[in-house]
Amino acid sequence: MTEPNDSKIVALLKQSIRPADFELQPDLWPQMLRRLQERSAPVPWFDWALLAALVLWLCFAPGNIPVLLYHL
Amino acid sequence: MPLPEQQSVLLEQFAHGDLAAFEALFRQFQAEVYRWIVRLVRDPGVAEDLSLEAFWRIYQAHARFDPKRSFGAWARRIATNAALDHLKRARPQESLPEEVPAAIAPNPAVQRDIRERTMQAFRQLPANLQIAATLALIEEQPYKDIAESLGISVGAVKLRVFRALRILRKKLRGIGP
Repeated sequence: MTEPNDSKIVALLKQSIRPADFELQPDLWPQMLRRLQERSAPVPWFDWALLAALVLWLCFAPGNIPVLLYHL
Repeated sequence: MPLPEQQSVLLEQFAHGDLAAFEALFRQFQAEVYRWIVRLVRDPGVAEDLSLEAFWRIYQAHARFDPKRSFGAWARRIATNAALDHLKRARPQESLPEEVPAAIAPNPAVQRDIRERTMQAFRQLPANLQIAATLALIEEQPYKDIAESLGISVGAVKLRVFRALRILRKKLRGIGP
């Protein structure tokens, strides 16, 4: 069997698969906002403050590290 | 469409992670990104999901965006990658939809079996070849735009289209009117 040439292939493709002329109907922003809120739950600022206080406390009083580890 | 100065401020703000700027750009470009994706995946529902995925990636990558460059071109490139990932995941088990949406309904002159065989062969192409062939042969986009959206050279796009045609020639042996 012979292979079709390129122009025949292109013609077949154009007849079988028409250009997709779809327009976006809904505004997707509400869904986007939901996705942003779901995926990027930020660490609250007080968690960072607590961590910073803990690090400072351990820097000034390294003797407390075993106590902290014991309580963890 | 905002004035050029407003647009550049918007892009600067977006690059710094400003959510309001992202919303403004989202509203400005969502239809364009959707139209681009639907051309690649040819399914309106999937294109909506992929548009959201593309904008999610855009938001995540805000720090890498250069405000001096075109947001639209950058968004199209990310959208193309999202569509490419989808096509890679969907292949090769995905069968063709039974009902083709009206907007891409085939020409009645073409026999159903020929049409199905052509579409099947096209869907079985490797995803990167399929995207290049869709944009170049069906959507008739300029090679330069395709190259930009795929992040490759014009020569590489032509090579992909050539390879796609070579595979299709073999698969569609003996077909045609």
